[in-house]
Amino acid sequence: MTALLYILLAIVIAVAIWQVASILKLKSVIATEKDNNIQGILFAVFGVFFYGLMIFSFVKYSALLLPDAASLEGERYDTLYMVTMVLILVVQAITQFLLFYFAFKYRGVKGTKALFYADSHKLELIWTVIPAVVLAGMVLYGLSVWIDVMDSSDAENPLIVEVYAKQFQWEARYAGKDNELGLANVRNIKGINTMGVDMSDKNALDDIPVRELHLPKGRKVIFKFRSQDVLHSAYMPHFRAQMNCVPGMVTQFAFTPSMTTEEMRLNEKTIAKVDNINEIRAEKGEDPYEFDYLLLCNKICGASHYNMQMKIVVEEEAQFNSWLNSQKTMAQVVQ
Amino acid sequence: MSDHHHKETFVTKYIFSTDHKMISKQYLVTGIFMGIIGVFMSMLFRLQIAWPERSFSIIEAFLGHHQDGGVMSPDIYLALVTIHGTIMVFFVLTAGLSGTFSNLLIPLQIGARDMASGFLNMVSYWLFFLSSLLMVISLFIEAGPASAGWTIYPPLSALPQAIPGSGLGMTLWLVSMAIFIASSLLGALNYIVTVLNLRTVGMKMTRLPLTIWAFFITAIIGVVSFPVLLSAALLLIFDRSFGTSFYLSDIFIQGEVLHYQGGSPVLFEHLFWFLGHPEVYIVLLPALGITSEIISTNSRKPIFGYRAMIGSIIAIAFLSTIVWGHHMFVSGMNPFLGSVFTFTTLLIAIPSAVKAFNYITTLWKGNLQMNPAMLFSIGLVSTFISGGLTGLVLGDSALDINVHDTYFVVAHFHLVMGVSAIYGMFAGVYHWFPKMYGKMMNKTLGYWHFWLTAVAAYGVFFPMHFIGLAGLPRRYYSNTAFPLFDDVADVNIVITLFAILGGSAQIIFLANFFISIYKGKKAEQNPWRSNTLEWTTPVEHIHGNWPGEIPAVQRWAYDYSKPGYEEDFVCQTTPLKEGEEES
Repeated sequence: MTALLYILLAIVIAVAIWQVASILKLKSVIATEKDNNIQGILFAVFGVFFYGLMIFSFVKYSALLLPDAASLEGERYDTLYMVTMVLILVVQAITQFLLFYFAFKYRGVKGTKALFYADSHKLELIWTVIPAVVLAGMVLYGLSVWIDVMDSSDAENPLIVEVYAKQFQWEARYAGKDNELGLANVRNIKGINTMGVDMSDKNALDDIPVRELHLPKGRKVIFKFRSQDVLHSAYMPHFRAQMNCVPGMVTQFAFTPSMTTEEMRLNEKTIAKVDNINEIRAEKGEDPYEFDYLLLCNKICGASHYNMQMKIVVEEEAQFNSWLNSQKTMAQVVQ
Repeated sequence: MSDHHHKETFVTKYIFSTDHKMISKQYLVTGIFMGIIGVFMSMLFRLQIAWPERSFSIIEAFLGHHQDGGVMSPDIYLALVTIHGTIMVFFVLTAGLSGTFSNLLIPLQIGARDMASGFLNMVSYWLFFLSSLLMVISLFIEAGPASAGWTIYPPLSALPQAIPGSGLGMTLWLVSMAIFIASSLLGALNYIVTVLNLRTVGMKMTRLPLTIWAFFITAIIGVVSFPVLLSAALLLIFDRSFGTSFYLSDIFIQGEVLHYQGGSPVLFEHLFWFLGHPEVYIVLLPALGITSEIISTNSRKPIFGYRAMIGSIIAIAFLSTIVWGHHMFVSGMNPFLGSVFTFTTLLIAIPSAVKAFNYITTLWKGNLQMNPAMLFSIGLVSTFISGGLTGLVLGDSALDINVHDTYFVVAHFHLVMGVSAIYGMFAGVYHWFPKMYGKMMNKTLGYWHFWLTAVAAYGVFFPMHFIGLAGLPRRYYSNTAFPLFDDVADVNIVITLFAILGGSAQIIFLANFFISIYKGKKAEQNPWRSNTLEWTTPVEHIHGNWPGEIPAVQRWAYDYSKPGYEEDFVCQTTPLKEGEEES
């Protein structure tokens, strides 16, 4: 019933708008010189709004952005990002200016005629070749970063970790002493063996299942992703890392953590961001928040998609090793 | 074949009409109706995003058992974003935009009595109507409509155990889309054949208005890519209903192992995006074509670089079919493929840049007539640039990693295809309303409509980039599970307020549109003093478009302000003067 009322309200508003328009004798339909003038000026005003919004957003919202990258690969990512962003903003500033300025400057005046100017091969050549050259540079630079990030074949003594996704939680498994993950398949899932590890595979026995991800600083980590049910995406924004988890296949991503959790907490940008968040939380009467790295699900996966997360702790290698040694292996867990 | 002789009944004139002008209006009104649903849904889920725990009576009123005390459930939230996307992309911006203006303008602007097959054209509309009906019906079923995202990636879309919307809701979605594809293929084939075969005397391909070029190329992309979506949907139906394993493998859900073995969801992603990316241009190219026509007419200047514009349409269309992988950089696809798709994707920026610069140059030293259609066209160029530029981030495989599936993407595609295409659609409605209904729309309401929409659109989507860069994933029912995102809550409120402003502003358009049909000022034959053929037809619609002979075309469509002529426009039917060069 209330739904009907809302619809009626919208119709009433629509009719009211038209009635007001009719009362004001707005039967005129084609732009006059006066309209051209007003609307042209409005485009100039809109241009000011546009640049204002842009500057305002950059000043006000830059504090929201992620802090410095916490991985070596992420640092290259951030540089590429900065270069691209500067390029985008320069082009944006120039083209939008020309657009709004021309809309203002050349607003129609009665009795004048536009310039008949249909073609200029020179101009068109310029704005074909310049973007082409700039883009060629961007492609080469982008691909060098891409290859650097995606190719982990030459990593020395990488840490192998399996990240396992299911509705709506994450699990993980370290490859253990042999640094080789045992085989696994959902058909082996039974009781406490929640990741379906194949216990008849001898590589599996020393694997270490965990519910919280710990990573050593300075050592390359190769993640192997699996999913138990639907698509998920393992998103680790602080490390500039993301890969989908696909049922029926193993996907891979690798990075080298470059800042421990402690170091990140002391990072200037992190402190500023956390302070800001805690001010907001204090207003709402919530407990203060302490920074932690996170793994989030970033592929729609069902009702609780919005709350599928796992904490990541980055620590010095020695600390990491002692933590890992204190965890139970698959053999210990299952038996 | 000017058939004044056979009498038309109400049914053949208004319902099962084979007249392209009537079919065009049917597409438009259906598209507007679907648009109201799609936009309204976005208002509802924006309320949830901005105020996650608050109760709203409007949510209580519309969401039935999918809400509890005015707070929507996570499942219906996902359903709303799914159906919003589906309706806006396919039903409004594909059928509503292309269906309306291709049907209206192709025969009128090329000088044809009707489409090549009026009957197929009618079938095409009624299939579209049927698919719209099914989509709307799916909103009312017990378990809720499809809710796996508009990209309906399996296994989520294949397993009712995974999400309730993947039961009957998903079945209806798939059937509706299959019918929709049939409709759009019939339409597209008709457009292609008509443009190739039914041009009037003198209407060489190089004299076609850019609108027609855009519709023509769009139809070709549709014919190339839509069948692939149909196969993707059919295979998904097989997996869902007949136990095949095209997309599914090794699944354990709700305590049991499913029998599926050997399929891959990545295959579905390839098939989906093989349509999905060209779809972006199926949506956008008609809007750009409309804009070319309107900017030129209202600048009283020839469109700058006519041949380059055609070239860039063709280049964009070609490239659009070989870039789909940029939606899949982190899907588990081989990284080498990622490199190839980065290369092809960034190439698209070149023809796009050419188009943007050509529009801006067309304005330069023009005599701009600020009609509502012109405002929307200038607005389109602005959002096309703003949204297109961030494509440099998303098209670059390396940079995509960290913004993939965040709000940065949402902001990008809404600006570049959502807002731009809808601006193109509005521009087209304001411009060709006199041709469709023989009446004029009110300009003052048009101005209000444009400025409120323009402010709201940037107000919504500009800040949205930042919350994406903050790492906020899209399709989150609420951000309260992460203290990390507490600082974006304020931004989300700002965005929602602008969204409500923008949504409400559309009421002005609806009022203007529907009431102008009945009460609008009667249109003159050529209100915008335009060159193209549609304005040589009588205001009152007749079957066959022109009362006598179809006029012959003597020149291209863009002789505005040509030296040597007193008026600032020269109709395409005006013969060249002696010694006059055709541009």
